[in-house]
Amino acid sequence: MTDYKKLIPEKIATLPTSGIRKFFDLLENMKDVTALTVGQPDFVTPWHIREAAIESLEHGKTYYTSNAGLMEARREIARYMERRFSLSYHPENEILITVGGSEAIDIAVRALVEAGDEVIIPEPCFVCYAPIVTMAGGTPIHLPLSAKNKFKLTEEELRSVLTEKTKLLILPFPNNPTGAIMEKKDLAPIVKVLKDTGVAILSDEIYAELTFGKPHVSVASFDGMRERTVIVGGFSKAYAMTGWRLGYTLAPKEISEAMYKIHQYAIMCAPTTSQFAAIEALKNGDADIEYMKEEYDRRRKYIVEGLTEIGLECFAPEGAFYVFPKVSGFGLTSEEFCERLLYEQKVAIVPGTAFGESGEGFARISYAYSVSHITTALAGIKAFVEQLKKEQK
Amino acid sequence: MENILKLLENDSRLTAAQIAAMIGRTEEDVAGAIAEYEKNGTIVAYKTLIDWDKTDREIVSAVIELKVTPQRDRGFDKIAEKLINYNEITSICLMSGSYDIQLIIEGKTLREVAQFVAMKLAPMECITSTATSFVLKKYKDKGVIYASSEEDERGNCPV
Repeated sequence: MTDYKKLIPEKIATLPTSGIRKFFDLLENMKDVTALTVGQPDFVTPWHIREAAIESLEHGKTYYTSNAGLMEARREIARYMERRFSLSYHPENEILITVGGSEAIDIAVRALVEAGDEVIIPEPCFVCYAPIVTMAGGTPIHLPLSAKNKFKLTEEELRSVLTEKTKLLILPFPNNPTGAIMEKKDLAPIVKVLKDTGVAILSDEIYAELTFGKPHVSVASFDGMRERTVIVGGFSKAYAMTGWRLGYTLAPKEISEAMYKIHQYAIMCAPTTSQFAAIEALKNGDADIEYMKEEYDRRRKYIVEGLTEIGLECFAPEGAFYVFPKVSGFGLTSEEFCERLLYEQKVAIVPGTAFGESGEGFARISYAYSVSHITTALAGIKAFVEQLKKEQK
Repeated sequence: MENILKLLENDSRLTAAQIAAMIGRTEEDVAGAIAEYEKNGTIVAYKTLIDWDKTDREIVSAVIELKVTPQRDRGFDKIAEKLINYNEITSICLMSGSYDIQLIIEGKTLREVAQFVAMKLAPMECITSTATSFVLKKYKDKGVIYASSEEDERGNCPV
């Protein structure tokens, strides 16, 4: 008989299942649930982008591309970054096209982190950073951010966890799940702290196109930061292209070369059809971004007002497509709140703890849904909160 | 306040309170603007798109291309104003190109529509020719795709 305990390394066997996964498993066994759980756009990829992909297939473009990706796609990424964020990267050796932002995060961590290194992970955040760091042999340092700072990273918080072993800081802004962003004035003190260290930065900017009212600012735009920063970008959120699995890294040549080695052995190249779609998106998709962003913005305002009326305290998120209301105050943990809401009102939202312990007391609500769907869910949340208030009396 | 019109064009059931929340205005402001749009005719009507193929109701639609002799001083308006009065006609547009006016006609049967064209339209003095095409299936109307799946097929990836 096969002893799987011996077969599977302890490092992998002990990796925790993501909190969202556990919650999604609950959902799968229930019918007629109004879910606000999905972390992907509800738009379909714009037709002109899909058409470009179809055309590439019609012309038989079914080959591998170069490891780093089609040169034309890399050139378009460089133009896009210059056009929209005033950042310059060389398509020849500083841009690498990856299988989604996820692979980009993976190769960045693996290229920079080894045993003994500490990686600072501000939380709440997307669920993949800590497991990837662990798999790379590093030590995740969980840094809880605070609602009173609108879940922004502060200088004091960063200083409190910096050590001689710190190798990498993850900057996951605009943030999933909190919707927090880091403005120029927020990044400046962080940059000041980092300047005197050798710490590298993984700036996960997958939601860069989804900021509301304030432009996204990359840490790489600060003096002295570009040479130590890996920007992770992608097409999933900006162009509603999640299923195409396409992202990229932007990093100085030396770091790019290191990531390139991992990418070429593990992945070979990103899907060719997706790369052709990406060229079209980058050339002619700016208006699509604006259209979707306006739609998200309306829903954002709508849901924040709805939650506030219900009595769930909720700071107005400034990026991504999530709100992160406070659900404590009813004598329930986040998980209990979400589970009871699911069972009693058939409305699904994700417990804040799925994104780190500091998410306790909060829940993530995605507004990548139609207004009528959001309205139905809000009615369920309202009924549930009223029930909880009655129970408290 | 043009945003209000775009939102209502997309979903006329949105309430003033909902629109107000979405665009960051007060409910009173939005209700006032809508009332003004209704009063000055910018908002013409609130209707519902119905896929009649999903009901038992028998309905036949036809697109009619009319060639028309324009009237002195009134151009095409006079004939259009006359056509407006027929309940069978649901849409009237003045066109550029190879014909002058496009009508959409609805009736219970092909025969009823054909009768209308033959008995009411064709005899009109200023109409010089008609070309009738029956609608076989509607795929998209007013920007809305018919028969599209309402099911949310997005996977629950732990994102």
